[in-house]
Amino acid sequence: MKKLINKPGDVVREALAGMASAHADLIKVDLEQQIIVRKDAPLQNKVALISGGGSGHEPLHGGYVGYGMLDAACPGAVFTSPVPDQMLTATHAVNGGAGVLYIIKNYTGDVMNFEMAAELAATEGIEVASVITNDDVAVQDSLYTAGRRGVGVTVLLEKIVGGLAETGAPLSQVADLARKVNSQGRSMGMALTSCTVPAAGKPTFELGEDEMEIGIGIHGEPGRRRTRLTTAAEITEILTNPVIEDLGLKAGDEVLAMVNGMGGTPLLELYIVFNELQRILQGKAISITRSLVGNYITSLEMAGCSITLLRLDKQLQKYWDAPVHTPALRWGR
Amino acid sequence: MPVTNKDILHWLQRSTQVLHENNAFLTQLDSAIGDADHGSNMDRGFSAVITKISGMQEADIGTLLKTVGTTLVSTVGGASGPLYGTAFLRAGMATAGKQHLEGAEIVAMFEAAVEGIKARGKAQAGEKTMLDAFIPALEAGKQAQLEQVPVTELLQRMAGSAESGMKATIDLLATKGRASYLGERSIGHQDPGATSSWLILQALADTVAS
Repeated sequence: MKKLINKPGDVVREALAGMASAHADLIKVDLEQQIIVRKDAPLQNKVALISGGGSGHEPLHGGYVGYGMLDAACPGAVFTSPVPDQMLTATHAVNGGAGVLYIIKNYTGDVMNFEMAAELAATEGIEVASVITNDDVAVQDSLYTAGRRGVGVTVLLEKIVGGLAETGAPLSQVADLARKVNSQGRSMGMALTSCTVPAAGKPTFELGEDEMEIGIGIHGEPGRRRTRLTTAAEITEILTNPVIEDLGLKAGDEVLAMVNGMGGTPLLELYIVFNELQRILQGKAISITRSLVGNYITSLEMAGCSITLLRLDKQLQKYWDAPVHTPALRWGR
Repeated sequence: MPVTNKDILHWLQRSTQVLHENNAFLTQLDSAIGDADHGSNMDRGFSAVITKISGMQEADIGTLLKTVGTTLVSTVGGASGPLYGTAFLRAGMATAGKQHLEGAEIVAMFEAAVEGIKARGKAQAGEKTMLDAFIPALEAGKQAQLEQVPVTELLQRMAGSAESGMKATIDLLATKGRASYLGERSIGHQDPGATSSWLILQALADTVAS
């Protein structure tokens, strides 16, 4: 294992300490409880947004804490859900009286831990709503799986819903918009290499020089199938077509397109993928009216990418364009 | 001979040691069909448990097990934290105030734990999860209780059935948890959660036998 770390057991704590000093103007970090909180929290009469999940997906979620996005993030150990204590502490830290929305990626552990936190918060009389993201078309949404995973749409949802929450909208409206964003977005990812969990010390799976894994998630877990490596043009087709089909996109639709790096792929290659994506969508008369290219929801040092398409309407576009100021996303302010 | 609160303490210590020794093995199993963290998560959780219960020599079994449950929920994370945490919390509720457990009480304790896991995980037998070790163990315990065998043998039979159940997960298709994303590719791998469940049950049988 070759990593820029001190000790595997200290990775999350030391990275959080680094974030705290690098972004002291935007966030407060409680190293003991392992939570990241917006600097000016709690904000009175604003619905507070909390998300969390395993570490290793940076900048998700801690990098999205700040104006116009999350109020708090709860990072767990690498690829491991945080615990209910963290979520409850975060809830106390950001609750300004207008209620709290938990944004949960659909993984068994995340869902169960947030569920326990919500039960605890409810016993204290704190109003909590939860929304689960499940946009990964690589997973069949059936009784025979844990359901689709929450991936790229989570980033877009945190931004858009954060924009609405900033206007002082009530919890029910904020939660409704969150469900709407989740229902209008889909993603699919692929890997060129595996990744190494620091505590494990070796790659989670092996991929040959001429192989790629299609339909991966964001935890170094293997995907749906392994195939021979091919060109960026073909890979983009493989990822995009199921997304278009699942969303039922048709000529004239407008989308926000995100080409996301898994952590180990250069921007140079991500832009090649975006170019192919643009070509595919243009061929179907679907227009990309907003875009995001870069490493936004990663899987440690995995090489590869994911494509997310979100069907836009005026409301979604308005809150996507709204000002945001966080460590990892900033515009308009 | 009933199981005493001292036995339970020793069981928890032995479980901690066994999970620590099997950290790399559990993580290796989890690498194949999950996300390579089960060994380190269980090791971290039980290390915290040992610290928490170190001064609890006189505590009743229910208090001990509830402490284990809350500690695991607070330290393990992932799916294992809520699942094992809920199992120990329910086991603690079923044994509240008790200083020792007869065969029937042991079976009742595991029945409560299994019901807790089913409820938290919305899972049942045959889905390639920890329940595939726990449910056969519970059934063996019930049968042993009907036959009025000594507690040591009851626990050995439970551990034996947990082990068979664990091995049987190799041929199962995962329909819960992260392994379910693999579909057919989950077949051929032993479930890490069923494996840690067997290790913990075997530790109990070994503790009471020695």
